[in-house]
Amino acid sequence: MKVTYFPGCTLKNKAKDLDRYARECAEILGITLEEAENWQCCGGVFTTAGDEIATKLSSVRVLKAAKEKGEALVTVCSACHNVVKQTNYAMQNDRSFADKVNRYMADEEPYNGETQIYHYLELLRDVVGFDKLREKVVNPLKGKKIGAYYGCLLLRPGKVMGLDDPENPTVMEELIRALGAEPVVFANRNECCGGYVFAENPELAKKKSTAVLSNAKANGADMVITACPLCKYNLQKSASDVPVVYFTELLAEALGVKESCNE
Amino acid sequence: MQRIGVFVCWCGSNIAGTVDVKQVAKALENEPGVVYSTDYQYMCSQAGQDMIVNAVKEHRLTGIVVCSCSPRMHEQTFRKTAAKAGLNPYMVEIANIREQCSWVHKDMIVGTEKAIILGKAAVAKVNLNAPLTPGESPVTKRALVIGGGIAGIQTALDIADAGFEVDIVEKKPTIGGKMAQLDKTFPTLDCAACILTPKMVDVAQHEKIRVFSFSEVSEVSGFVGNFEVTIKKKARYVKEDICTGCGACVDKCPVKKVPNEFNLGMDNRKAIYIPFAQAVPKVATIDPNACNMLKAGKCGVCSKVCTAGAIDYTQKDELVTEKYGAIVVATGFEPISMEKFDEYAYSQSKDVITSLEFERLTNAAGPTQGKLLRPSDLKHPEKIVFVQCVGSRCASCAEKGKEYCSKICCMYTAKHAMLTRDKYPDTDVTVFYIDVRTPGKNFDEFYRRATEDYGVKYIKGMVGKIVPEGDKLHVQGSDLIANEQVHIDADLVVLAAAIEPDKSARPLATMLTASMDTNDFFTEAHPKLRPVESPTAGVFLSGACQGPKDIPETVSQAGAAAAKVIGLLAKDKLLGNPCVASSDENMCNGCSSCANVCPYGAITYEDKEFRMPDRTIQVRRIAKVNPAVCQGCGCCTVTCPSGAMDLRGFTNSQIMAEVDAICK
Repeated sequence: MKVTYFPGCTLKNKAKDLDRYARECAEILGITLEEAENWQCCGGVFTTAGDEIATKLSSVRVLKAAKEKGEALVTVCSACHNVVKQTNYAMQNDRSFADKVNRYMADEEPYNGETQIYHYLELLRDVVGFDKLREKVVNPLKGKKIGAYYGCLLLRPGKVMGLDDPENPTVMEELIRALGAEPVVFANRNECCGGYVFAENPELAKKKSTAVLSNAKANGADMVITACPLCKYNLQKSASDVPVVYFTELLAEALGVKESCNE
Repeated sequence: MQRIGVFVCWCGSNIAGTVDVKQVAKALENEPGVVYSTDYQYMCSQAGQDMIVNAVKEHRLTGIVVCSCSPRMHEQTFRKTAAKAGLNPYMVEIANIREQCSWVHKDMIVGTEKAIILGKAAVAKVNLNAPLTPGESPVTKRALVIGGGIAGIQTALDIADAGFEVDIVEKKPTIGGKMAQLDKTFPTLDCAACILTPKMVDVAQHEKIRVFSFSEVSEVSGFVGNFEVTIKKKARYVKEDICTGCGACVDKCPVKKVPNEFNLGMDNRKAIYIPFAQAVPKVATIDPNACNMLKAGKCGVCSKVCTAGAIDYTQKDELVTEKYGAIVVATGFEPISMEKFDEYAYSQSKDVITSLEFERLTNAAGPTQGKLLRPSDLKHPEKIVFVQCVGSRCASCAEKGKEYCSKICCMYTAKHAMLTRDKYPDTDVTVFYIDVRTPGKNFDEFYRRATEDYGVKYIKGMVGKIVPEGDKLHVQGSDLIANEQVHIDADLVVLAAAIEPDKSARPLATMLTASMDTNDFFTEAHPKLRPVESPTAGVFLSGACQGPKDIPETVSQAGAAAAKVIGLLAKDKLLGNPCVASSDENMCNGCSSCANVCPYGAITYEDKEFRMPDRTIQVRRIAKVNPAVCQGCGCCTVTCPSGAMDLRGFTNSQIMAEVDAICK
């Protein structure tokens, strides 16, 4: 199966491990991530200002590119996924927004949110299936206690993202279980890491990310996984010593693509 | 040839407002078979019925068409009228020109035209009607009550007091159900055990009641008045009739760490156990998953200490088949699992508990002897937060919880909060709620006492998250009235979990062919007028199996179900519905299509000898309908590929005649 892949800017520099292992693991699982041509930044943040069009156009372009190829669009970065998915939802449900965008784009065929978007985790759960994934594991991560950190953007707004229950998500716990490790559920797994506040008020961001990791540690997690480069950045700057890796790294280790996440 | 009378009802202005009734009567006068046609303001009134009786005599009518409201409303009325006039009641047909015509049309011309067509169809059918006589079947004068909670207990006692035999089947080792686990009962605060256990003793001592404890219903066949039920008595490895309930075996049993179901796993029991002191029957049960003797053949202590010789390690499950005239479902409820609501950290902290667990914590016979100590460190909690509607009223999250209101939580939470403040005035108690719903007798007064006299803090808003931190539970919620976020560091959090039907209800409904709603609550025959009867004849509903209910409501419904059962068992014979299917054995080829679609299991097959034209004998498999089981739904008639199956009162030819009349 071939899908259109939108990596996003951060995955091309700071978060190379998120990108690289996502592609390599997908191949093992029978899915080719084909990078969209000439993709641009997702827009960074989905602005909720009603008259804001311009920053959403780049998302629409990549969605449209996938539609033209007749493929699903796959993202890995939580922040990109949030922007692209919310933009697509607006194209489907907000007539006046979609009309404006289509006039702006001035393409022959209008885009009305037809593309199916998967976050990589959804691809694993809904397309590959965790049972099939379990069969492909060559290096089961036995005995590892891993906390799944979801953050905000992957799950919310819950109705639009539709990835999981925003209050009590389970997809990454199921992934951890499929890879042979033991998931550690901790209450702060969907609390904010501090986000962009780190630029303005680093102390506050540190307080937020420390609360996340110390809660994970108190519940017995040896390691925490995330899907978001910004979350990882903030968590690593926290006062806690719990290692934080991308979920794709853990996946790569279990599938035998990567040596060990503890290195 | 029939001599048909047509009677067009105005229903005041309900019909006459949109249908020209005079024109309908006139138009139908010329239909084949019609010898008399008239209209009247209220056909169902005494004057209207007398009009029909007189017309039958005067015009020697053999069939009647009443153009009026839905047959569900007055078919019985007009059948009785026909019987009074000396006609067979099944010679009456109703043309529904109210619900299906005048009420849905605004235009007089269109409404009148349709009413005439509906009338013509009814006339065409009556031309082919034949007199039908209902069959009779005897009634077994014994009732089965499935479930031994307060609902089942009350229903059984009421039926038995009327002089009929009753059997109770209870899946647990003792009757008593959820009520036996409760501490106090709202709104009067009497102790649940004090008012329940005397009733349990009454059940045990009643000469008309038998209790099958630790038993399940495994098969049901038959029909109203004549059910045959197979009951599986699960092996308890103790001879029930010999055990005296002395408890010596329990004292000496070396396996001590089995989670105690009765206390919801908050303490331990032995491998041989009596669920609680007032259990009925007071008989020990061995848990085969915990007992060393049953698992490994080593131990046998209980058998050595039992002076009565009641222990029997070789006991097997036993099947008993009994006959019943009526079955009462009283399977009750369970709180939902908290698995999908881990934002409240139930799996992360021992100090997040459900309300039923709170009942056990405050019960004098519970794991803490009634002292309110939190499970993690057995310290007295100084700050308690109650969260209502956990999983209830989940309109936007139906995959996670329930869309309905669980009804009992507002009251028991008020009770918990009030009793906590009463016993431990130093405790700080906060309740988060969406709405407080207290519409019962003395209920709102009770809730107001909690807030006004006992200082319980009520916050309108939900809790979003609970984070266990150290020995505290950090509760994040919102106060919708103050429009602000609330943060409370609590010592104990109590979740008012939604309630759902017991897991045994769904398979039981299949066995009984009783219908359920999407939430697995049993459906009543009519939500307002027949609330304790299932649509399946002879099956009655008692308690929370039909919907969330508190104890006063459950007991009232239990009594009502008993009254319906008594009414049924008091009859010696039951009149059946003559509109049942029958198969023409000359056309049937025994293909089984009909039996596959029959929802009531009314169709069986037999091999029958047929004499052929050349005088040879041929044996063919043919369908047989049991008229006492058939409900006349007609599934088989439309499925039958050879047209052998037909439904009396709704024959294929009658229905085709109606269609022809409409399409003409």
